[in-house]
Amino acid sequence: MDREQLARRILELLTTIAPDVEAESVIPGIAFRDQFDFDSMDTLNFAIALHREFGVDVPETDYANLASIDRCVAYLAERLT
Amino acid sequence: MQVDFRLPALGADMDAGTVVEWRVAPGDHCRRGDVVAVVETDKGAIDVEIFIDGVVRELLVPIGTRVPVGTALALLETEATVPDTGAHTEAAVPAAETLPAPSRPPAGAGTGQRALISPAARKRALELHVDATSLRGTGPEGAITVADVERAAAPPQPAHEVAPAGPSPQPSPAVAGEVATGMRAAIAGAMSRSKREIPHYYLATTVDVTPASDWLAAHNAAVPVTERLLFAVLLVRAVALACRDHAGFSGFYRDGRFEQSPVVHVGVAVALRGGGLVAPAIMDATGRPLAALMNDFRDLVARARAGRLRASELAAPTVILTSLGEAHVETVLPIIQPPQVAIVGAGAVVERPWVIDGQVVPRRVLTLSLGADHRVTDGRLGAHFLARVAALLAEPAQL
Repeated sequence: MDREQLARRILELLTTIAPDVEAESVIPGIAFRDQFDFDSMDTLNFAIALHREFGVDVPETDYANLASIDRCVAYLAERLT
Repeated sequence: MQVDFRLPALGADMDAGTVVEWRVAPGDHCRRGDVVAVVETDKGAIDVEIFIDGVVRELLVPIGTRVPVGTALALLETEATVPDTGAHTEAAVPAAETLPAPSRPPAGAGTGQRALISPAARKRALELHVDATSLRGTGPEGAITVADVERAAAPPQPAHEVAPAGPSPQPSPAVAGEVATGMRAAIAGAMSRSKREIPHYYLATTVDVTPASDWLAAHNAAVPVTERLLFAVLLVRAVALACRDHAGFSGFYRDGRFEQSPVVHVGVAVALRGGGLVAPAIMDATGRPLAALMNDFRDLVARARAGRLRASELAAPTVILTSLGEAHVETVLPIIQPPQVAIVGAGAVVERPWVIDGQVVPRRVLTLSLGADHRVTDGRLGAHFLARVAALLAEPAQL
């Protein structure tokens, strides 16, 4: 999976756990919580979705890496290699 | 025995709803707890459950009709073996404190019956007279979006339509705004009533929650990601236990008197991204493990945001917890939601200098607050209650 595919899949997972967020409106380089209310419940659900999809267990201490699409792609690309 | 199934109370701020979907038809058997209708309210679509076993004889309210709370929606024949009193009784919702935790499907289940539709899209569908159940959604998991509804409603456009003078057609953010307006009116109504009728008093205290947050971090590091807890769940438990230990904070004030609820159902204020909030209940928050409360909390937040709460969940809270920690404020001065008599507020967990044994040390602290009803308790009792919440948070392993 290249980075573009990874980004697309991450966006799909994001809008699955937050169905009230429009996929087209999400800006990859900006933190979710600066674009829409993204709270600790969303972060946890996002971590669970990533775990189910990629088998990567994101510890709470790494949650900062889930803050935006771009950061998430960078973090997962590293964890998945 | 023939029984009327009536539109139940949907919480303090909703006195009417529009039937948007029937999940049963005449002749269907339904069981206590089954969702029989979907009712659109100012707080989104609500799944309305039935509280009695029976066979549907007749649907009395057609789809699209707005009716007040208490209106007979359907006529049922009960299968109860209890002696028939001959009376034409009501399948009214029992008082919330006697409700059992409804057996509910896991989050995401049951979507085969009803397409996912956002509250904004459902509202738009009603406005445009579009049957949303007939649409194919293009959103995540096939969810129906505002754009899908508008596409379905749009008549075939002539190729060279002249752009209208004046303001351009409303973009979708304005639609979200309209939804929020209905909810805003509902919130305003309930809060006006609260401020008019309830002589509030307010207390606040800042507590060291370092033990609780350390305990939580250690717990969450040791369990799979699916079993992690949120801090809010510890707060829910602490509030529930304090309500159990101190009378006068969990229950309803009705007809000039306070009724203490024997079971504590903690309403959790959930902010909706389009604006507005709802406070569905985590049922029996003293009697079940933290993991169960967390599962319920997760499920409630997901369904609140998808517009799929149940009527019983909105009517059940005996006390509410509002946590504004995510919004980075330190103190909340919360307003009671009638007919309840207390609401607990929690601000953000922040690191502050703190004095322990004469030494200034950095600690993570949280400001807890209480809005309570002077008709039932006074500041001294409120202080004991809030101190109990704080003491419970200091012993997180006991929660």
